[in-house]
Amino acid sequence: MKMRLVLSFVRPGAKPDPTFADAHCAGPGSNLAISYGLQHLGPGPAQQRFTPQRIRGDDEKKSNFIHMPLSLSTLWTDKKKRSLLIQTAVIVALVLFAWTVISNTATNLEKRGIASGIGFLSQPAGFDIVQTLVPWEMSMSHGRVLLIGILNTLLVSVLGIIAATIIGVLMGIARLSDNWLLAKLAATYVEVLRNLPLLLQVYFWYGLTLMWPKVRDSFDIGGVIFVNNRGIELPVPQFQDGAGIVLGALLAAMIGAGLFWHLAGRSAEREERPLPRGLICAGLVIGVPLLAALAQGFPWTWDVPVRKGFNYRGGLSVLPSLVALWFALSTYTACYIAEAVRSGIQSVSRGQHEAALSLGLKPSWTMRLIILPQALRVIVPQLISQYLNLVKNSSLAVAIGYPEIMSVFAGTSLSQTGQAIEIILITMVFYLTVSLTISFFMNIYNRRVALRGEAGQ
Amino acid sequence: MRIGIIGKAGLASLLALGIWASIWGSASAGTLDDIKARGVLHCGTGPGLAGFSLPSSSGEWIGFDVDFCRAIAAAIFGDPKAVKFTPLTAQERFTALQSGEVDVLSRNTTWTFSRDVNLGLEFAGVTYYDGQGFLVREDLGVKAAGDLDGARICIDSGTTTELNLADYFRTHGLEFDSVIVKGADDARSNYDAESCDSYTTDVSGLASIRASLPDPENHIILDEVISKEPLGLIVRHGDSEWGDVVRWVRNAVILAEELGINSGNVEKMSASSNPEVRRLLGTEGDFGSQLGLEKEWAARTIRLVGNYGEIFERNVGKDTELGLERGLNALWNNGGILFAPPMR
Repeated sequence: MKMRLVLSFVRPGAKPDPTFADAHCAGPGSNLAISYGLQHLGPGPAQQRFTPQRIRGDDEKKSNFIHMPLSLSTLWTDKKKRSLLIQTAVIVALVLFAWTVISNTATNLEKRGIASGIGFLSQPAGFDIVQTLVPWEMSMSHGRVLLIGILNTLLVSVLGIIAATIIGVLMGIARLSDNWLLAKLAATYVEVLRNLPLLLQVYFWYGLTLMWPKVRDSFDIGGVIFVNNRGIELPVPQFQDGAGIVLGALLAAMIGAGLFWHLAGRSAEREERPLPRGLICAGLVIGVPLLAALAQGFPWTWDVPVRKGFNYRGGLSVLPSLVALWFALSTYTACYIAEAVRSGIQSVSRGQHEAALSLGLKPSWTMRLIILPQALRVIVPQLISQYLNLVKNSSLAVAIGYPEIMSVFAGTSLSQTGQAIEIILITMVFYLTVSLTISFFMNIYNRRVALRGEAGQ
Repeated sequence: MRIGIIGKAGLASLLALGIWASIWGSASAGTLDDIKARGVLHCGTGPGLAGFSLPSSSGEWIGFDVDFCRAIAAAIFGDPKAVKFTPLTAQERFTALQSGEVDVLSRNTTWTFSRDVNLGLEFAGVTYYDGQGFLVREDLGVKAAGDLDGARICIDSGTTTELNLADYFRTHGLEFDSVIVKGADDARSNYDAESCDSYTTDVSGLASIRASLPDPENHIILDEVISKEPLGLIVRHGDSEWGDVVRWVRNAVILAEELGINSGNVEKMSASSNPEVRRLLGTEGDFGSQLGLEKEWAARTIRLVGNYGEIFERNVGKDTELGLERGLNALWNNGGILFAPPMR
């Protein structure tokens, strides 16, 4: 922080570009200037030189606080007392406001005979939910509805975040491509999708899923996958004895691959011709479970969806509303992630790129070792807010009936019980918790990729 | 003098408290007085269900539910147009009424125990006796609700039909998948795209959806009805005077049909020798002022909006696109169960 402040003092005529305001980014001239600025940082006389006002102000405040004259006449004319008076008034007004709202609500609810409290959470819900990640019976409670809603929100959010990140990074890099067509296509993608309201896009994708084939002429992929406007019917494996060994092998291979990647990564920095880490890891993750499966004689059967009566039975049916919402959220959020990636890469000075190349680094190494680590400082904070937006935007599911928290809990449960205040409060607490949790973990990550020296401030 | 500062702040906050208290206090006068002072009735209706509540091409709200709002406005002001309509979805309707955004809800809402008791609402009488049915494509060969085992069914979220459907299938050991839709438009597009095999709601609603499909002749409404759905007018708990007004406007249009009074003959009928007609039309007794209305409240309502039969036939009856029979909604002495207490 201080570094930026100093920079602006040192280079009064400089172009105000926030992404360039950090130490090592600019050409040789400004590098000189920055090192000059850094010399004057840290404790000691330099700090006093740059912040004389504040220090004097602190002294003044301290003395005034002790020797405050006991007179009403200076109540408004004295800056300190006026400030104190205003602050007190604001706090009192806020507390009063909150108290009035709460007590009025409580009184009015009671007066109108509207039930309140969270007892309804244990009442039976009595309605069907079309997609549940945990077992669901209609006689289960509204509390269970809340859990199902939360899980469905998290499902579409996680799927959306993964897809949006992949599409976004690809589009962001594509926009900077030397290939004219690719760059323009990526630019068009970003400009079109981010300038259309998300709700419209949700409706658009949902409308498309309604236009998928009707159930009796489902689109047939190899006789095992069927696509119709009621869902994508997928086969699911039914595990038998010995499947645990294969799963264990998969888990072990993944852990092993992770460890190898980490250890090999260290030596890769020293060696001239490092091992092909990616290839070896992929081989581990695929090969080991495959061998285990061969040894066990493929211990599973496939539950293939079959047309029976009105619908397909068996297998796994992916809701069109989930597909539509997932598409809409990930393509929309990907635009912003693409822009974040682009701005991050562009914030790394061209000089860094040229310097790396002149040292003889391969282009892929330049990107991975020089450009990306510096770009991430700019990208990550933007990513955090895009992930938060995606989670919050998933509430648009309410428009197309995907059973997430807004739809089943703050929608159906609310209208069946009528306990609007409690339900909306619980829903708000949920979104707040999810958002703050994402923020927390992303901030930890951000601190790791941030400039050293800035970290922890 | 810091005490002085705090004292002044305290005084200011007391003043603020007084203002707050007075704002909240003034909001709790009688609903009827509020409406009279405002000069317009705030009425909650459906967001678009042909025959029940739908804006016409000229922007005027028309329909069966709408006419009950107009009947109440006519009784209060003598002007059926003195209504501000608020279209409400199934999920918004109760909150809107509870919070005072609307004075009365006339929006095919089923009278149930929990709504009456738990939500702080009061049902002021049934305007339409309905039941839950199923709309299916004729070529599916479905003849009864029991044939729908394993079907995918579109239902409106936040309605009694959602709960009835679950109950019915559970009782009969049948399975179904639900597709949640938001209101009539969404239901129609899902049903029309065959994203669901059947759409279920009150039969009156099904008739409305069916009439709006591009090929109504290929769709049938099953004869079987799986629930009782008494649809009614609703007001807030705790203001019985206002509840009385709404209840007796409903009763008045039914009594008018029973007594043979309609919008065309109401002037003539007020000279009738039948004492009940005279009491209803205000030529005898003082029933209007007991309700807080004018003497000829019911006469005005009947002249301007019509009796129950006129309201029914005009909006949803045989000659309309919905083509609904009176059925249960015929008068009690005419094969139905429509009944109003005597005017006495």
